[in-house]
Amino acid sequence: MIKINSKNVDVFYGKKQALFNINLDIEENQVTALIGPSGCGKSTFLRCLNRMNDVIDICKVQGQIIINNFDINDKSCDVVRLREKIGMVFQKPNPFPKTIYENVSYGPTIHGMAQSKSEMDEIVETSLKKAALWEEIKDRLHEPGTGLSGGQQQRLCIARAISVKPEVILMDEPCSALDPIATAQIEELIDELKKDHTIIIVTHSMAQAARVSQNTGFFHLGELIEHGSTDKIFKNPENKRTQDYITGRFG
Amino acid sequence: MNKNKEKLLNSRYRAEKRFQFYGKSAIFLALLFLTIFIFKIFSTGYTAFQKTWLVIPVTFDAETLYLDENPSIEDIEDADYFDIALKSMFDLDKNASEKQQNDLKKMVSYFFEREIKKELLNDPSLIGKTKDVYLTASDDLDQVFKGNYPRDLPENQRRVTDFQLKIFDQLVEQGRVESKFNLSFFTYPDSREAELAGIASSFMGSIFSILVCLVIAFPVAVLAAIYLEEFAPKNKFTDFIEVNINNLAAVPSIVFGLLGLGILLAVFQLPRSTPLVGGITLSLMTLPTIIIACRASLKAVPPSIREAALAMGASRMQTTMHHTVPLSMPGTLSGTIIGLAQALGETAPLILIGMVAFVNTIPGSPLDPAASLPVQIYIWAESAERGFVEKVSACIMVLLGFLILMNLFAQIIRHKFEKKWS
Repeated sequence: MIKINSKNVDVFYGKKQALFNINLDIEENQVTALIGPSGCGKSTFLRCLNRMNDVIDICKVQGQIIINNFDINDKSCDVVRLREKIGMVFQKPNPFPKTIYENVSYGPTIHGMAQSKSEMDEIVETSLKKAALWEEIKDRLHEPGTGLSGGQQQRLCIARAISVKPEVILMDEPCSALDPIATAQIEELIDELKKDHTIIIVTHSMAQAARVSQNTGFFHLGELIEHGSTDKIFKNPENKRTQDYITGRFG
Repeated sequence: MNKNKEKLLNSRYRAEKRFQFYGKSAIFLALLFLTIFIFKIFSTGYTAFQKTWLVIPVTFDAETLYLDENPSIEDIEDADYFDIALKSMFDLDKNASEKQQNDLKKMVSYFFEREIKKELLNDPSLIGKTKDVYLTASDDLDQVFKGNYPRDLPENQRRVTDFQLKIFDQLVEQGRVESKFNLSFFTYPDSREAELAGIASSFMGSIFSILVCLVIAFPVAVLAAIYLEEFAPKNKFTDFIEVNINNLAAVPSIVFGLLGLGILLAVFQLPRSTPLVGGITLSLMTLPTIIIACRASLKAVPPSIREAALAMGASRMQTTMHHTVPLSMPGTLSGTIIGLAQALGETAPLILIGMVAFVNTIPGSPLDPAASLPVQIYIWAESAERGFVEKVSACIMVLLGFLILMNLFAQIIRHKFEKKWS
């Protein structure tokens, strides 16, 4: 089933056009990987999906992005509600400089998802368990989240993102700052999370895209060159540029 | 080739050594100046914390006090102490001429009447008896006792007469001159008489001014900084505002004094010489300092924290209030303290709005006339009496102590916040 449907998306940074006419459908409860060389616009596209580009003054987004039959670029769309539905994990782990508990409870608190302390405790516990972090930190929930290791911090950020039960999770190179062991843990986690969430992941690692995703889109110079099932993109790409990129001939 | 390389390496080492030497000498020089400055102030000022008292036998003669038998407390309160006070001083040398009697009277402060009255009010049973009473010595004798007075000058070049010195030396021999901690320096307002002058009025004036300044400048500056940094669109107009805020920080303080004089006093008719006007004027001066510090510390908050909060669905307001502002608080607070410390040491604008007036009452609110510590230093430094020299240094010590306390306070707050956030 299609979860996100983008039609003719153009993005401009001032006068410079960063994305050209992107048409990409995202399958529900699957992992979609966006690959491509640096500066090709894959992160820009990811940030269109939860309107994080709003933060940048000079950035302008055109076209339609339809989630649950609703165009999120429409004026009537409330960004706060949208971002509750679409969580995001960033390249560098960015836990709040607060305790682990406060990090996870922040989202549910501002969205009023828990009526009582025990309800909140439960949300925090489930989220941390789903992020495969609970066992490691259950005894130090009230210690600062910034004191964890890089991999643990990133899983804390994932726990924070899933605490509000988003339908979609956007991941912007979530493993690029992590070592291979932490990366493997996150990848395993992604595989687990796709049961409940639709996941879109931007990655520089072709191997990672091949390991975790079911669908792949290849971006180049602001255009979506090719997209389809990961199997097909990696084994039998239609476009020559895609083939060159995944075989490491450029990029 | 190799030799050349070695030469290059050696010259690099030498350059580093030279640089380290320059750095060390700079620090040494700075410390030297600081030490000289502090030493000078302490060595001139420490005597001001001691006060010289003459212990004079006073006979509480009912007749000289014009009191009836069995007087009530009110009678004692209303009694005339001038004659009894004069008599006690004149008794120091019964053969004194009229001119010498005048000298005797001038050996103590003009508070001597009051000091004798206080003694009797404390113990009304003294009537008819004689008791040693502590009287504040005149500022010149105070300086003589502290060894700061050039006694060997010819008599016509000094304010203390030979006769006064003779009597004073006799008193010292009899053990009737005592030095005690100078509490009145902290509890008395300013006075034209050095022995009675204290910093109470200027200290309270400074406190009130700083409070008014803080109450006005801090919220305005923080709100302005948060709006400019987090909410305002970046365009030519906000750039213009930013440039002007930076310019404002560089405006000489006396200009703000003129503004206070021209607008607060002339247009709004606020009361002259008051900490209210002083504080408002100082807050104009402190405003840009706090705005700049607050914006800098807001800028220093990593954008990733803002993105994290926004991506969680926090509104811009929530992102700012829950994350950015608390994280920027240590920097903002230390900037505020620096601004207030500047304001605390500011003299020129306060002189313009009339806080340089002679105030011999202790202000009870920001609406009472007051001086401030730096202005007090200025006033005393202008005075001719030798007794004020040590007071200037002592007042500087109090001001410096005040500043050190403020910085300590800032450090503690910073420390607490930072502990919480990291």
